[in-house]
Amino acid sequence: MAMTIHVDVVSAEESIFSGLAEFVVLPGEAGELGILPGHMPLMTRIKAGTVRLKLPSQENEELFFVAGGMLEVQPNRITVLADTAIRGKDLDEAKALDAKKKAEEAMATRSSELDYVRAQAELAEAIAQLSAIQKLRKRSH
Amino acid sequence: MASGKEIRSKILSVQNTRKITKAMEMVAASKMRKAQDRMKAARPYGDKIRRIAANLSHANSEYKHPFLTKQDKVTNAGLIVVTTDKGLCGGLNTNVLRLAFGRIKELDAAGVSKVSVACIGNKGLGFMQRLGANVVSKITGLGDTPHLEKLIGPVKVLLDAFSAGELDVVYIAYTRFVNTMKQEPVLEQLLPLSGEQLQDDQAHSWDYLYEPDSKVVIDELLVRYVEALVYQSVAENMASEQSARMVAMKAASDNAATVIKDLQLVYNKTRQAAITKELAEIVGGAAAV
Repeated sequence: MAMTIHVDVVSAEESIFSGLAEFVVLPGEAGELGILPGHMPLMTRIKAGTVRLKLPSQENEELFFVAGGMLEVQPNRITVLADTAIRGKDLDEAKALDAKKKAEEAMATRSSELDYVRAQAELAEAIAQLSAIQKLRKRSH
Repeated sequence: MASGKEIRSKILSVQNTRKITKAMEMVAASKMRKAQDRMKAARPYGDKIRRIAANLSHANSEYKHPFLTKQDKVTNAGLIVVTTDKGLCGGLNTNVLRLAFGRIKELDAAGVSKVSVACIGNKGLGFMQRLGANVVSKITGLGDTPHLEKLIGPVKVLLDAFSAGELDVVYIAYTRFVNTMKQEPVLEQLLPLSGEQLQDDQAHSWDYLYEPDSKVVIDELLVRYVEALVYQSVAENMASEQSARMVAMKAASDNAATVIKDLQLVYNKTRQAAITKELAEIVGGAAAV
């Protein structure tokens, strides 16, 4: 039997593939990567493209599309961290700016100093309400 | 005693309330299942990236990322507060906000000059605004499914500040999902990455091959690692939200049922009293004739 290597393909939102494979082809940043069992430790980015897995005792190759991500290779294990979002420096930057801007807009009406007393009062009130509700519930049973 | 008509309309209004709470309970119950599935689906990625980050921290790379270096003195802190967008879920948000508020106060007492807050969820934003905290980024209206794409921006603001040395420590506050009946608010240190999060099993010295180079790869990996942690927190928070709402709405429906029972009793008593009174009047009238 041919040698196999354990492969995990996961994205932040779900696990895509987990199992043994004989040979893996990935779109590495510097070009296509073909990885066989026993490869030395490697870590790289991968580009958007297809991940091809040659599974043992199966004619057809398993194909997955990834929008980019990271690849880690250990001699007996390959892990592909697939991105769910399309990433890019500018794109991420725009998102960060957007989040910042929204926060600034929201903060336009704020008071300038940390209002501890008020916050504490607010929390205390909410907690008192909750405990009152609990007591009421106990009494009614 | 209130008249029969008044009590009847009161009963009707409580019945309507119960219908609403009952419906919300059922909606929350069905959403809870899905939210839990999503939370579980996010776990493999978190486990994998944690292992890789652990390997990485033990590999002998010449490059040390700022996320891994501890600051001796904390002068500026960051805080990510994960809350729900909507209310009516019991004490969920109150508990997590109390925890976050306690930490802000502690930091303030310890001489931290500024606490920058990133808000995920409407409730936390509202609270932090009223508190007058320094909100640097926010994301609200996440809906029922957490999407990593939406979280990148708000988290990046704090990560960038940390990398630039503007923040010395970053915390995250969220509600951890234990089971349907139990959710607990937690506050964890996100950055710098602490040693206990990065357990490793290999002892000998080795290093990865990096493509294109170690700095680029490590930078990207650690950003993803932190994002995965935040994503996991948000997923847990959403599962907690639905369960807490279900439990709260069930309690509300039960309470409404008790109120209706009590009102019905009062109504019956008044009705009977009215009939008795009328009979007594007729009998009295007949006797007088």
